[in-house]
Amino acid sequence: MTPGKLSAMRDAYGEALLELGATNEKVVVLGADTTGSLKSGVFATKFPERFFNVGIAEQNLMGVAAGFALAGKIPYAGTYAIFVPGKCVDQIRNNIAYPNLGVKIVCSHGGISVGPDGASHQQVEDIAIMRSIPRMSVVVPCDATSTRAIVKAIAGIAGPFYVRLTRPSTPVVYEDGFEYRHGKATVVSEGSDICLVACGIMVPEAVKAASSLKAKGVSAAVVDLHTIKPIDSETISRLAQKCGRVVTAEEHNIMGGMGSAVSEVLGEMRPTPMKRVGVMDTFGESGEAGELLKKYGLTASNIESAAEGLVRAAR
Amino acid sequence: MEAAQEVVRLKETARSTRRLIIESLAEAGSGHPGGSLSAVELLVTLFFHTMKYDPKNPSWPDRDRFFLSKGHAAPLLYSILAQAGFFPVEELMSLRKMGARLQGHPSMGIPGIEAPAGSEGIGLSLGVGAALAARMDGRPSRTYVLMGDGEQQEGEVWEAAMAASKYRLDNLTAIIDRNGIQQDGLTEQIMPLEPLASKWRAFNWNVIEVDGYDFLQLIGGFDLAASTRNRPTVVIAHTVKGKGISFMEWSPHYHGTAPAKDKLSDVLSELK
Repeated sequence: MTPGKLSAMRDAYGEALLELGATNEKVVVLGADTTGSLKSGVFATKFPERFFNVGIAEQNLMGVAAGFALAGKIPYAGTYAIFVPGKCVDQIRNNIAYPNLGVKIVCSHGGISVGPDGASHQQVEDIAIMRSIPRMSVVVPCDATSTRAIVKAIAGIAGPFYVRLTRPSTPVVYEDGFEYRHGKATVVSEGSDICLVACGIMVPEAVKAASSLKAKGVSAAVVDLHTIKPIDSETISRLAQKCGRVVTAEEHNIMGGMGSAVSEVLGEMRPTPMKRVGVMDTFGESGEAGELLKKYGLTASNIESAAEGLVRAAR
Repeated sequence: MEAAQEVVRLKETARSTRRLIIESLAEAGSGHPGGSLSAVELLVTLFFHTMKYDPKNPSWPDRDRFFLSKGHAAPLLYSILAQAGFFPVEELMSLRKMGARLQGHPSMGIPGIEAPAGSEGIGLSLGVGAALAARMDGRPSRTYVLMGDGEQQEGEVWEAAMAASKYRLDNLTAIIDRNGIQQDGLTEQIMPLEPLASKWRAFNWNVIEVDGYDFLQLIGGFDLAASTRNRPTVVIAHTVKGKGISFMEWSPHYHGTAPAKDKLSDVLSELK
């Protein structure tokens, strides 16, 4: 894929499922009336006997997926993010995470970029909910390339996963060949003045911010913290030490999300001045994705000014 | 004659199961006797007559699978599993104790336990998934899920019911322990369930109603479920909360109150 070009994570999800279906007989795919939108439905065209649409019944979706896992299958189950972590937290906790089942929960439409559907459909609490559940891995890919790699890789990693995708097509960050290492962040670029830690669609924004900071003489490292749990404390701590300042950026409530996870690591391992860019503990509204991201402070320029603020404070 | 002998054998096992439930709960000092005692004959029939499994190889892929959805009946399931040979009967006395395998509600790591349980209403979905997987793999396994009647008030039960009939899961049997009592009182006062059988019929299930203490009816019900094609079956077993201990019968109080240890011999004397 060509970096910078727009591509849909959902298409990548569907393609990855098709590849998995062909190579791993244990893989089954479950959906809840959004399988056309999620592109998980393409799996049904090739593997109808391994595809199950349970209708608008998300709690049952989680339970049935758990039943498949108990019987030795590798279920990929999901719908829109707004309908899973909040609505199904009991099923996720008690049916999936407590028995440590390899259910791969993949949800699209995370964050505020869902757009015109409005706040009722904009999931900005999922990272907080999911990372509070023991044994759950939480992954937020930043583009189609990494989505494809991650969806394929987690079939071979034991235990439950939550993978959050985005509705709009987003700029490709990685060329083909992105390699997923569980619990290991991807350092997109090294830097020495400030470390920008981002996940999801905020990664390309962080890359942009780093580039304009560079023009102003500020050297910014960019970390794609796709795996929020288990968190890569080592990389975060190393770059915090090297740069002395950290900005986190996520399309999520600033409470309990990726920025909180990073501050937990730094607070205990290496106290470092930091600033969290994210949704400021509020609900969204209807609007186009771009307009909303701008209004709610989730753009490259928000990252840039947070970074400049920290750099200025230190001088 | 053969059937009569089988019933005698099952009755004896039911008696020993009740004794183990009471002893383990008294030793634990907390837990749920009412809904354990009500369903004894249901599990005795399943584990000592109907189901195929191997206690020496609990993960035998062709085994019949049992899911306890009403997780508070853990003392019942543990007593059954111990007698079936999954773990030593003596271990029952470690119920609910720090460091013991036998958690207050079922958890993984206990031989014979297929899934954790405790949150009401979420067990039937597991059964749907497991039954779909068994059919996909062409296995002869049947899947059994025991639910309480109170948990019929949970919405997910009906989500799972719809899915099971959509997929024509004739390898799935749900059992409802219809004892009529939940923690706060009578089900028909707290949140009426009737007409319960009609509800399940309306969801396209094969519905069989039995006396939960009549072994021939239970055996016949499970046999009928196994021979029914293209539809899942629910066995609604009419039972009595606290069955077998006079002061616990029909008592919401003994939903979640363990028998006192110093009264143990009196209580056990009721189990003739």
